[in-house]
Parts: sequence; structure tokens; C-alpha cells
Amino acid sequence: MVKKVITGNGASANGARLAKPKVIAAYPITPQTSIIEKLALMVSNGELDAKFIKVESEHSAMAACIAAQNTGVRTYTASSSHGLALMHELLMWASGARLPIVMTDVNRAMGPPWSIWADQQDTIAQRDTGWIQFYVASNQEALDTIILAYKVAETVNLPAMSIEDAFILSHTMESVDIPEQETVDSFLPPYEPKFRLKVGEPMGFGSLVMPEGYMEFRYKISEAMDEARNVIRTVGKEFGETFGRKYGLVEEYKTDDAEVVLVIAGSVASTAMEVVDMMRDEGKKAGVLRIRSFRPFPYEEIRKVAKQAGLIGVFDRSYTGGFGGAIGTEVKGALYNSDASLPVKNYIAGLGGRDITPKVLRKIFEDMFESLNGGVKKEVEWVGLRDGSGRW
Amino acid sequence: MVKLTIPEEEYMLPGHVACQGCGATIAMRYLLKALGGKTIVSIPACCWAVIPGVYPSRTLEVPLLYTAFETTGASISGIRAALDMMGDTETTVVGFAGDGGTADIGLQSLSGAVERGENVIYVMYDNEAYMNTGIQRSSSTPAGAWTTTTPGGSKKEWKKRPKKSVIEIMIAHDIQYAATLTVSYPEDFIKKVKRAMEIKGPKFLQVLSPCPTGWKSDPAKAVELARLAVQSRVFPLYEFDHGKYKISMKPKQVPVREYLKPQGRFRHLTDEEIETIQMHTDEQWEILLAKEKFTNELYK
Repeated sequence: MVKKVITGNGASANGARLAKPKVIAAYPITPQTSIIEKLALMVSNGELDAKFIKVESEHSAMAACIAAQNTGVRTYTASSSHGLALMHELLMWASGARLPIVMTDVNRAMGPPWSIWADQQDTIAQRDTGWIQFYVASNQEALDTIILAYKVAETVNLPAMSIEDAFILSHTMESVDIPEQETVDSFLPPYEPKFRLKVGEPMGFGSLVMPEGYMEFRYKISEAMDEARNVIRTVGKEFGETFGRKYGLVEEYKTDDAEVVLVIAGSVASTAMEVVDMMRDEGKKAGVLRIRSFRPFPYEEIRKVAKQAGLIGVFDRSYTGGFGGAIGTEVKGALYNSDASLPVKNYIAGLGGRDITPKVLRKIFEDMFESLNGGVKKEVEWVGLRDGSGRW
Repeated sequence: MVKLTIPEEEYMLPGHVACQGCGATIAMRYLLKALGGKTIVSIPACCWAVIPGVYPSRTLEVPLLYTAFETTGASISGIRAALDMMGDTETTVVGFAGDGGTADIGLQSLSGAVERGENVIYVMYDNEAYMNTGIQRSSSTPAGAWTTTTPGGSKKEWKKRPKKSVIEIMIAHDIQYAATLTVSYPEDFIKKVKRAMEIKGPKFLQVLSPCPTGWKSDPAKAVELARLAVQSRVFPLYEFDHGKYKISMKPKQVPVREYLKPQGRFRHLTDEEIETIQMHTDEQWEILLAKEKFTNELYK
């Protein structure tokens, strides 16, 4: 094991290298580009035995990964924002074809207006594509998640996305343990697909199916996504035994006795945990539930926390045009029909890279305590708006 | 004794669901006869996404990967890359896409694959419109043609601009081998596919594939119609082989009227309009002759 100070993109590139993909197909986009630059150099130097297809679009990147994976090899790509949006059609194809492709997305806002900074709109917009989605909170987790994601994806035959925040992780240096190749190889065996394009075995992949057959294909995807919950727990535990860092569907921080719990995803969760410590120093029992796996959605973990908490706040770094943010509505969906009966308040913040400082998060926690005692006055709150209202 | 140049092996099983007289079906049959069984085919959305049959049936004796409409170039690049990484450089990887999937929505990924120099064969079966969705104009639809989106009407809005030449776009990529083929000349067809197989790198084959349903012509005359397209010089058969143009046949010229007449899609054309098409066809033929002469002198 080597310890290095590297960026989130450096960590993702190293995670990909250690997983030994045979084909990489990728296209540049800020702030993802340095991942594929590093991989291009690794391939050129012979550090990674892979073919790097320098495609002419993200759409072609995913199409090439799909075809290569269908031919029988492990593949990898990375993208961000508009690039991920352009891939949308093929993201559906990858999950529909049950191909365990792994990619990194660097969370970046969608235009217009143009923004290259962090929010989660790009990946939230792909939540229904049948991909497993891991939101990471550190550079170490960015590296680890790629290795772990391959194992999960290849177990349930669904594609998986490791998601890191633009700039806050992608371009920020942190100390990262880089595992030895041998250890990774012992954890992640070579890719052996059950079915593949093979001369002498003339099968057709993805042909037309009549309404009598289609629904079962979709049902099997839903079964696989449900199965992925336990697989992530098991593989996360095994990962901990092998590498010393255990991962689950969520990360709980001081939720055991918390009166209010903020559900949050991405690197901003670590700031929220700092704020929880500050609040607790003042005798206020706050906690954080960090969602690591948004797909599959950790409804059991949410229900468990909701059993003893008095109020749940949900932090969304995207907006869906529905009733609040995507994580907010999912959390409410998980709680309805459960034993828990507690108010849920949704906060929309940090869009287009707007800073989420401890001050902003503190205000959110204070509002949660206020709502706990005085009732939720506004169910969906936009935080930090410069609209002159002065409320936030 | 006549020498048999068309391989006897069949890689298309009976039971496909194509229309009667479908040129694209004949094209696939000849293509696979020439390529043999060590082939993997990728097909995007097009008539051929349906022709092989509905799940779980199949009519091809080679592995087949269906892919999204605009991705054939990327798909065959991915298959090739994976095979190469697995140590299989022998298997031929073929993309088989319609004119809409090639000249329009798939042009970008085709251009990418050819520019990168992928070792693949790309076959454009050109039936000159979006036939699978019910005869809408593509950029490969010829000038003057009726389609459901160039319906004429009181404003006489037929397809106005001439057919986009995808083979010339491929030649602009400095491609090593590109050729035009059609189903009425099987020996020429098979010879060109075999030539493509000899070359490492991207190869592009444009196959004129009559579509009696969309061309409003007699299904029994599909092969004859493709022959008239060549004889009238509307669709000349030629190769571009390492910089040199080579016209495959220079038959005695038949007036374009003879080619247009049996097709309902051109029924509305006036004598004047037919004359314009004739002039355009003659000009294009002269340009092709000049290119053949020039490139053969240049690369003597």
C-alpha cells in the first residue's frame, strides 16, 4: 500500500487502473477530463493493459463500452454534466442489456446558464436509468468505490456509477491509500460473463421483443436492483476486511440519539458532520445520515433512523420540478406506510457550485430544531437565495 | 465450365420478416456469404433491426449485437477493441446500417470510427429513406423523390436537394478502401467485400438496396431496378482503393427516365424535371471519370 496526496480525479483514475478494465472509451469534459488524461497516459506507458478508444462524443463513449462489455471485457468511462446527459439513451441501454459497466461522474451543474461547478443535477437526472449510483464524500472513497462498484455490478449484472463532486473533490488534493494490485486482484476476480458475443455461438443481443416478453426483462432489473442492496452491504463488509475501510449503503453520524437528522449526499456531508459536532457542543442533539447509495435507495436505513428521530431534514443539491428535490421525495416515499410518523423538511441548496459553508448548514440545523418545536412552516426551502428576502 | 464465384455457404436462415423484394435482405445474404462465419455483426435501429426476427428467433448464423440508432460506428469500435484485447484479431467486425442511420443520425460516430482507423467494415445499405418508420426522407433520398415527409402536396414539395454522397465523405477521411455495390451484381459485390477483408483499417461499403415498399415499385423487379440504377449512372459502381478511384463497370448508358419510370416515388416528375436529373447525373459521371483518370495518373 502506498499513501499519496492526490486529487479526486487522480483517485478515480487509480481506482480504474486497479480494476484492470480492458477497454476504456471516453471523451473530455470539465471537470472530469483529468481522469481520462491520466488513464490515457497509463495506457500509453503500459501501466494499464487496455485499449483506450478516443471517441468523438460521450454518446459514442457509452456505446463503445456497451459493445466491448458485450464482447466480454471489463470497461470503464468517465463523464460529467452535459456529457452524462448526452449519454442518457445509452445509460438505459447499458442497464437494459444487463452490462456491469462502471463509470465515474464528476457532479457538475447543467446549463444554461453555463456552470462548471458542483451540484447533483446531472446524476439525479439519470436516476431512472437502472444504474447503481454511489455518491462519494472523499478522494479515498472515490478510489475505493470504483473497485467496489465493479464487484457489486458484476454480481447483480447492473451498471454502476461512482459520483464525486466537481472541484471540491475532483481538483482538491487529499491523502489517499492506494492499494496494491495483488490485494485488489484478490478482491476483484477477472471478469467472466455468462453470455457474450462469440463466433460459433450465434446469439442476438437486444433484439425486438413483443409485449408478451418485455415486462419480465424490466422486472428482472428491478429484482437485481433490490438484490443490490444486500450485495452492497456484503461487498462493503468484505472490502473493509480486505482494505480496512468498510462501506455500506449509508454512513450514519451520531444518529443514535439525534432529535433531528439531516439526510445528505456527497462531500458536503463531511461539513455537515462538523456542524453536528458544533451543535452537540451546545447540547443540541443533531445527526447526519449520508446517503452513499442513492440507487438502490436505502429505505431500510432511512426507516431505522426515522424510528427514533423527531424530524428529518433532507438536503438536495438539485431540483426536479416535482414536490421538492429528488432525495427529499424519496425519503418521504420510504417513510410513508412505515411505522415512523415524523415531519420531513426539504432544503434545496448549493446549486451551480454555490458554497455550502458551515454557517449555511448551521442555519439549516437551527431551522430543523425550530420546525421540530414549532412545526414545519415551509416544506421545501431554497437555502441561500440572494432574492432580497433575507430569510436565509 | 463456369467458375462459381459466389460462395455456397448460407449464413442467413429462412424465416426473416422482410418485405417482398427487399434489397437489404439480399445485401445481407451476399455480405455474409463473402465474409464467412468468423464474423460479428452490429445493427442499429433500421429495417434490419426487425428483419432477423422477434425474440427469441434469429435468422443469422453469426453473433449479432443490436445497438442504438446513431451508434454503429462506436459499437463496432467497441467490439473490435474487446476482441483485440482478448487476442482475437481474426474475426471480422461489421456494422450494417441503413442510410438514415449512416448519412444522418449515425454520421458522427461513423466519422469518428473511420478517423480513428478502426479495423472494421461499415456497410451502409442504402434504400434512400427511413423505410422502417414508413418512408420518410433521409439525406440519402434523391432529389425529386416522394416520401411521406416530402409528400408534394399543392406546393409540390418533393425532396429538393440531391442525395448526400456518404462515400465521398468517407473518401475525405483518407479512408483506405471504400466502394459502392448493389444487389444486381453479386460477383462484383462479393469481390468488393473480399477486397475489404484484406485491408486492415476502416472500410466503407455503400450498397444500393431497392425498397419496393418505399420506392413504390414491383417487388419482382427489385434486382432489375438496381441494375438500371447502375446502367443509367444514377448509382455508379466504383472503388476507392488506397487513393485510386476505379469505376467497376462502364455500361452502355440507359436514360435516367428508364430508371425513374418504374418507381411510383418519381411518378409526379415532369419532363423538365427528369431532364434536370439527367443533366445532374451526367455531370456527376463526368466528375467520377475525371477523378478516376486523375488519381490513377497521380498514383501511377
